[in-house]
Amino acid sequence: MTTPPAVRVRGLTKTYGTVRAVQGIDLDVEQGETLALLGPNGAGKSTTVEILEGYRDRTAGDVSVLGVDPGRGGVAWKARLGIVLQTSSETPAVTVREQVAHFAALYPRPRDVDEVVQAVGLTAQAGMLVRNLSGGQRRRVDVALGIVGNPELVFLDEPTTGFDPEARRSFWDLVRGLKDDGTTIVLTTHYLDEAAQLGDRAAVIAQGRLLEVDRVDRIGGPDARTPIVRWTHDGRPRSERTREPGLLVARLVAETGREPDDLEIVRPSLEDVYLDMVATATAAAADDAAVADDHQPARTETAA
Amino acid sequence: MSATTTAATPTPPAARPARTQRLRNPAVLAAHRVGYEVRSYFRQSDTLFFTFSFPLLMLTIFSVAFSSSDFGDDQVSVTAAQYYLPAMLAAGVLLSGLQNLAIDIATEKNDGTLKRLAGTPLPPASYLAGKLGQVVVTGCIQAALVIALAAVAFGVPLPTDLGAWLTFAWVLLLGMVTCGLLGIGLSALPRSGRSASAVITPPVLFLQFISGVYLPFNGLPSWLQDVAALFPLKWLAQGMRSVFLPEEFAAVEAGGAWDLGGVALACAVWLVVGAVLCRVTFRWVRQSGR
Repeated sequence: MTTPPAVRVRGLTKTYGTVRAVQGIDLDVEQGETLALLGPNGAGKSTTVEILEGYRDRTAGDVSVLGVDPGRGGVAWKARLGIVLQTSSETPAVTVREQVAHFAALYPRPRDVDEVVQAVGLTAQAGMLVRNLSGGQRRRVDVALGIVGNPELVFLDEPTTGFDPEARRSFWDLVRGLKDDGTTIVLTTHYLDEAAQLGDRAAVIAQGRLLEVDRVDRIGGPDARTPIVRWTHDGRPRSERTREPGLLVARLVAETGREPDDLEIVRPSLEDVYLDMVATATAAAADDAAVADDHQPARTETAA
Repeated sequence: MSATTTAATPTPPAARPARTQRLRNPAVLAAHRVGYEVRSYFRQSDTLFFTFSFPLLMLTIFSVAFSSSDFGDDQVSVTAAQYYLPAMLAAGVLLSGLQNLAIDIATEKNDGTLKRLAGTPLPPASYLAGKLGQVVVTGCIQAALVIALAAVAFGVPLPTDLGAWLTFAWVLLLGMVTCGLLGIGLSALPRSGRSASAVITPPVLFLQFISGVYLPFNGLPSWLQDVAALFPLKWLAQGMRSVFLPEEFAAVEAGGAWDLGGVALACAVWLVVGAVLCRVTFRWVRQSGR
């Protein structure tokens, strides 16, 4: 398959004054793929996404979204995108259905309005004014507005913040439906289980740099996923990382002749892997800054 | 660090064929926006009170408060209701156009409405045309209600010749478009949505006081009249007076005549100023900073 990627980023850099928010990111998102974009707050994630969406200028680098430079994307380009922004506080005095129908009317080939309202689970609230909805329900309107234009590429920026677990599950089903339709999805999220559920690949951004991008079940490398065996021996907690946890447990049992206390075998989750990666990156950046400070005390390097 | 292509990506379920894009006509989108804007306008209680019903309330207050006094001289005089009818129509144009849009758009800029629209294929021109359409629709309804109130409740005689109504029509329409464009231009001024009415309302109120809306214009000192003549409201009020006041009242106008040419010119100049201001200042999102 040689279709060009839906999103292609090379050497993306963004500086705000002296703050280097994004420092040379390279990234591809293939057509039809769901990429989960992970990273702590202020890591440069939102800046990156907003540059891709055409909201922000970049300082340097090449960016192509659906074959178009987002800095010059016109209405024809926007008609192919769906954007669910991180926050919105607007309280339009229109009903859910009116709002979705109005946004549908802006696009050349919209989805069916009632189907979209149903897909986000708001059929019962279709006649209610948007400003009278709860926060989670409003978030679902945001999602409806992002997908009603039948986009080729959807940006979901922390879409399920404020959802209850049930709403989150049904939202995941909705996203899977979009994936099945061949929609390319860039998902920013703080919920690692969400990234694991929906993402084909995950990209981790910290300190304005791309730490790694790989399949969700491979990211961090094989070592990061080595199971951990924990047990208690002589009242002291013990743990050991091994690729052969079964053999280790068998050995423990053979040595002591009894069941080990508090035994558990843990395979690091995406969340564990992610937290490790971010902690390492943050520590490394702190070391760099310390070294830099030794040489040039006046330098200010603030991680945005 | 650059781990961009370390893993083979899973094959996407179905690569879509490239779309042929036939965008919606900007004029059709503008019409959609007008419907959407008017609908939400009438559901907002604050604009309904401070913008839409304000001239009706003020006309009622003035008509009742000054019901025992007449306006004019020994030869010709009119009731307070008739005297204030053109003033309230002019004020309505300013409120529905300038104040309404300046606050409305400043609010939408800050609550994320514009940012959301910026991500859709809606052209800015269609959005702005939708706002102007909302001004024209709500402004016409407002003017009709003000006139109806004056005629029905306070017995104000209405003009019977077509010429006067044609003058009314062009002054109203030109005034609404001019004030609407100026409102869009001024919407860039408030730094936050919350401060919008605090920034916009005082100058609008001030303008009404010096332009012959609340106080008789010929009673103001001439230097203040000259200041007011720089702004469009004075001219709108004058144009409206030419429609609803007896011909004899023209004598007390600044030039001793209604000067409809001056009304047209002043409005046209401000229309151009408003259009340029719109073009220069209107942005979907603020680009500076984060």
